[in-house]
Amino acid sequence: MLKIENLHASIEGKVILKGLNLQVNPGEVHAIMGPNGAGKSTLANIVAGKEEYEVTNGSIELNGEDISELAPEERAHNGVFLSFQYPVEIPGVSVTNFIKTAINETRKAKGLEDMPAKDMLKMIREKSELLEIDRKFLSRSLNEGFSGGEKKRNEIFQMAMLEPKLAILDETDSGLDIDALRIVANGVNKLKSKDNAVIVITHYQRLLEYIVPDFVHVLYDGKIVKTGDASLALELEAKGYDWIKEEMVS
Amino acid sequence: MDLKEKIVSSYVAFEDGVDVNTDIHEIRTEAFQNFEKLGFPTKKLEAWKYTSLNSILKEDYSIFPDKEKTINLADVKKYFIHDIDTYKVVFIDGKYSSFLSETTHDAIDVCLMSSALNKAKYKPVIENYFNKVAKQDNLTSLNTAFAKEGAYINIPKNTEVEKPIQIINFTTGSVEATMTQPRNLIVVGQNAHVQIIERHQSLTSNAVLTNVVTEVFADRDATVDIYKIQNDHIAASLVDNTYIEQQSKSVVSVHTFSFGGNITRNNLNFYQKGEYIDSILKGITIIEGKQHVDHHTLVHHIEPNCESHQDYKGIFDERSTGVFNGKVIVEKEAQKTNAYQQNNNVLVSDRSTINAKPQLEIFADDVKCSHGCTIGQLDEQALFYMQQRGIPQKEARALLMYAFANTVLESVKIPEVKERITKLIATKLNVNIGFNL
Repeated sequence: MLKIENLHASIEGKVILKGLNLQVNPGEVHAIMGPNGAGKSTLANIVAGKEEYEVTNGSIELNGEDISELAPEERAHNGVFLSFQYPVEIPGVSVTNFIKTAINETRKAKGLEDMPAKDMLKMIREKSELLEIDRKFLSRSLNEGFSGGEKKRNEIFQMAMLEPKLAILDETDSGLDIDALRIVANGVNKLKSKDNAVIVITHYQRLLEYIVPDFVHVLYDGKIVKTGDASLALELEAKGYDWIKEEMVS
Repeated sequence: MDLKEKIVSSYVAFEDGVDVNTDIHEIRTEAFQNFEKLGFPTKKLEAWKYTSLNSILKEDYSIFPDKEKTINLADVKKYFIHDIDTYKVVFIDGKYSSFLSETTHDAIDVCLMSSALNKAKYKPVIENYFNKVAKQDNLTSLNTAFAKEGAYINIPKNTEVEKPIQIINFTTGSVEATMTQPRNLIVVGQNAHVQIIERHQSLTSNAVLTNVVTEVFADRDATVDIYKIQNDHIAASLVDNTYIEQQSKSVVSVHTFSFGGNITRNNLNFYQKGEYIDSILKGITIIEGKQHVDHHTLVHHIEPNCESHQDYKGIFDERSTGVFNGKVIVEKEAQKTNAYQQNNNVLVSDRSTINAKPQLEIFADDVKCSHGCTIGQLDEQALFYMQQRGIPQKEARALLMYAFANTVLESVKIPEVKERITKLIATKLNVNIGFNL
């Protein structure tokens, strides 16, 4: 599904990614862990198409197609979803109308008619129940005055509505209490299928107890330096990252 | 010959067409002398520092288009709010069009200034109200000097006018540049309620200069809602001088939607002559190219316990320029005033400009006056967020701008007007998304 080869990227002249390789197949869950400043969020933003980053070398393929030149919305139309670490507040646009616009613009890009209002409502009802989101919440301005947990839950709600092929969850666990974490993880798990894939970016092993990864990667200094299974996350939790740095030096 | 000379020398011809032996004509003559003395405003005047009329005063305007023009309803229907029943007072090149109008004398008067100025039965109202609140500045004086036609609306006390009233001025000027001086008088009695939609629409690519004066009197407990739709042809310029006098407990709102035109100058003045008055001034400006929109507002708090609410949003693209000058005067006697002013602007392009100037003159000590002014760009991170969810950049920008302006739209009470403005905004932003936020 996603194939990243030898990716080099920089922002404002600062090199962040230094030859990153990653392959994600349908049905898989990958976790990317690593110390602060390793380039985890950069990777997420680059795959989503944020323009401030400059890809200086390497390629990003989605289902065999090079997406590195596509606009963010075109990547979204191809099934890329990024759950933001810091979801943006958009006053004056309600959650419901935002998601309606997002869905219908995506359909328009695919040459489809708008989703019938009845279907849209039904879907909104189902997905908001899945994430235990109150109906009143949906008529509020997007992310405006939301608590950290509400923002993250709203991200996963949008993910549920958009049904992406590749979902990247950028520190979705930060700012969540244990109940919210369980709800969010449960939502993600329900949406998982053999046809889609999830990349979970996190600092902590905690989320991975609920969303069990097939692979755990350690991103350090712009590269993936170690890959293992779910047990690697436990090891990182117990030992920190220093041993990886030492391993690299030796 | 420059425009002022042309106007001055044509006054004799104007006098041929009106009854000169009246009190009204004395008012006109006095105003004419005033204009002759003052001339057109220049950038040397503080109030015109950021708006120059030079480029539009060069045109060789026809001052009294005398040819009768007819237009087909089918061609202009789109400029009306036509999906609801309304009264209509329509002018073509300054002349009344009975064909396009729907006036009434049934309990209320929705008719013509020319009748009101000439017929004896209107004399008491004219004597009490005509030119009583209008300022004697240059352009208002010019209008007063030539005051002859416009809308005359008189709503007796305790009358709720069921249908909104549309005042529409078309300009056809198919062979020459045209200047018009519409003059409106709106008198709303105690506890009466009326809604008015005003529009100036050029149907020609020749230059048009409209210098309109509207006087509004809202008696005790009256409610008046005025919607000004300014979406004119790019060759058309407008100076809108509106003067509103309110008595106790009246509520008057003016929404100004400025999307079109060449140079648009709004002089919107509120005078609070009683207690517990509410004055509401709202505006959305969305312009591009070399368009220029200037909002000069004045709220004069004269008596205690009154409120005013101003909320103006501006979006400026390309080389467009905007001005917001919001003046609030709170007199010493006007204790417990609550005056609120908000002006927020988005500069979409590096070359667009906004000159924003809140001006508060407060002489009372127990008042609440707040003002806020922002100038910014569209939030890039918000754009990326929306694009990430599949909303194309152009639509994402439009959605952000619409959401930005939406606080002003929320207070529009006529659903059809709201819908029309929403569509105009979508067209203006060049997107095809159903805003329904």
